[in-house]
Amino acid sequence: MDFTYDDEQQALREAVRGLLTKQYGDYEVRRRTTAQDPGFDEDLWARLAEMGVLGLPFAESDGGVGAGPVEIGIVCRELGRVLAPEPYLTGVVLAGGLVSAAGTAEQRAEVLGAVAAGERVLAVAHDEPDGPRWAIDAPGTTATRDGEGWTLTGAKDPVLHGARADQVVVTATLPDGGTGLFLVDFTSDGDTAERTGYPTYDGGRAARLVLDATPAVPLGDAGTDRSATIATMLDLTRVMAANQALGVMQAQLAATTSYLTSRKQFGVTLNTFQALTFRAADMYVSLELTHSVVDWATMTIASGDRDALRDAAARCALQTSRASRHIGQEAIQLHGGIAMTAEYSVGTATAHLTVLDHLFGDGDHHLGALAAGVTDHDTLEALG
Amino acid sequence: MQLELSAEDAAFREEMRTFFTTEFPQEIRDTVLEGRHLTREQIVESQQVLNKAGLAVPHWPEEWGGRGWSDLQRHLWHEEMQSAGVPIPLAFNASMIGPVLAQFGTQEQKERFLPATANLDIWWSQGFSEPDAGSDLASLRTTAVRDGDDWVVNGQKTWTTLGQYGDWIFTLVRTDPDVKKQAGISMLLIDMTLPGVEVRPIELIDGGHEVNEVWFTDVRVPGDMLVGDLNGGWTIAKFLLGNERVGVAPVGLTKRALATLKANAGDRLDDPYVRARIVEIENELLALELTALRVVAHSAGGEPHPASSVLKLKGTELQQAVSELAVDLAGPASIASGADDDSPLAGWARRSAPTYLNLRKASIYGGSNEIQRQIIARTILGL
Repeated sequence: MDFTYDDEQQALREAVRGLLTKQYGDYEVRRRTTAQDPGFDEDLWARLAEMGVLGLPFAESDGGVGAGPVEIGIVCRELGRVLAPEPYLTGVVLAGGLVSAAGTAEQRAEVLGAVAAGERVLAVAHDEPDGPRWAIDAPGTTATRDGEGWTLTGAKDPVLHGARADQVVVTATLPDGGTGLFLVDFTSDGDTAERTGYPTYDGGRAARLVLDATPAVPLGDAGTDRSATIATMLDLTRVMAANQALGVMQAQLAATTSYLTSRKQFGVTLNTFQALTFRAADMYVSLELTHSVVDWATMTIASGDRDALRDAAARCALQTSRASRHIGQEAIQLHGGIAMTAEYSVGTATAHLTVLDHLFGDGDHHLGALAAGVTDHDTLEALG
Repeated sequence: MQLELSAEDAAFREEMRTFFTTEFPQEIRDTVLEGRHLTREQIVESQQVLNKAGLAVPHWPEEWGGRGWSDLQRHLWHEEMQSAGVPIPLAFNASMIGPVLAQFGTQEQKERFLPATANLDIWWSQGFSEPDAGSDLASLRTTAVRDGDDWVVNGQKTWTTLGQYGDWIFTLVRTDPDVKKQAGISMLLIDMTLPGVEVRPIELIDGGHEVNEVWFTDVRVPGDMLVGDLNGGWTIAKFLLGNERVGVAPVGLTKRALATLKANAGDRLDDPYVRARIVEIENELLALELTALRVVAHSAGGEPHPASSVLKLKGTELQQAVSELAVDLAGPASIASGADDDSPLAGWARRSAPTYLNLRKASIYGGSNEIQRQIIARTILGL
């Protein structure tokens, strides 16, 4: 049992932190970047590719690095610390992960190689305007055989970075039931899908995607139900979203303590007031408890046990949801008015935490799932 | 990063689990698991069984019965004991005065007291808090004045847990009233059978007798009962209270209490709100246990990890949350605390409210949770 990074992992963290701090250490740069489309920095994306970061999760035979969940988690935490708007979580971890898990060898090499090289941006179109929230199926989107190929019809919204994406991984209901995974290409002219991009309240980007007999390529064998793959990749991405949220919360607490020791009112610094320092102490408690659960869930991914991952992802998401609301809200309150302004990072950090909380299931959603199984065990065993 | 225990540590845990669940007296375990009170005899028997197996004071120096275990192994020992319903060794002996004497005591004191302390042949009480010195311990006013070779002690200690069973009491006393308050304190060991020592019970809100006042009136204590340096008591107190925070999060015990509660809850578990409350507590307990493991894995050189304040704070909150849930699940049966065992109402339900009230103490003792917040704010966050 070991909760520490090895030398290579520490080196990865330092390298990623160095690059990201140089780019977004000044919050004003993040603000400028998100003010215009595509909402992230294409040059930084290319440098992340050069560093090998974009290919971390993928097998070497697919053009990736073949790293494990701990390494991916390190990248997500660092992205979170500076509120980097780059489409790593949904574009690389989830979209790339789905291609990696379901694609043919040719698809994997072709798509993931391009993703790892920073030449192609992916998105995932899964949520539906009238669909069940945070489910694994896609009842509002249908897949139809069309001669040798397939077409998709339905609406997807919100699709994170959907307007910029070169290719979109789309979930759709198969003719014989079950949920399939398809790739819709936007690199050639004559799109048959309508994309409407818009900004999200944390400076991110999303899109509405309307598919109308849009040609699509199945990932892997045509017509195969991918429900289990979708479920597992969503679980993995939940844990990575929690890693990203952890980075955000670490930065928020650091900003808050720094502010409390420098801002003066009544002629003294704010840390003179115990009403404030005790609340900061409670933020630390939430942060450390969450850190432990996120580490644990990240290590659980490596076990390869899908059931264990499902449970760990739900527990991790519940803990992270509770903590991110506590820390996000208190960070603003302890700063006061300054944190309400768009030019200061702390308020946007809380906005970003709120997005992360609602991407793959909030605390109450996971609480409900866990409550169904509460009598299945006597005690929870952290170490198995 | 790796979740699995090493083969060696996994075998160690199995060895502990086997001993606690197969070789330890079942009747004592049942008493703990059913939430009933242990008698003095049961507490003594329990510690003597552990001591015989080398499991009462594994964290002491090896010369005095320690085992030279890693911090992780100590953690596993502690958790397995609690999970099995084995009472942890009496804290006043095993966690407080034992390590203090091993560190600060004279050779004579060590030889006289340590073996008897490990075996609970001597039952120690703690004489720190006073009516006007709680969280602000350094304000204590009990005095010890030199008279020939002896010390003459006058004053009052309070909140002396299980003092009614005590043979000896380790005290903090003021030996120099003319210096900064922390600099004039010493530690004295006092035989509770000496003339002038009086133990008076304090009845608590749960109706029980757990704590006491201890009064000292012209008690003559032999000079060789001073521990460490004269006026060096504050250093010893900080050492002792630092030790107190290690293992202060009763993770295993609270997990066991929650599991028992689930088993007793019957059709109340059909209520989704009840299930949700259980999940919230279980999840926070998981977070606490993992944090305890992180602290264990990172602590070095015996110094308590600063995050151990998190364990005390959250550990006691969760202990209290489970006891509160028990009262709610018991419902009207929780009112029948005074009914005898012929009552048709379940024993756990009848005991739930006194337990809930009793456990309000947990966020007050061992450095109140507000003191823990102060430590976090100052030491960790630099506020």
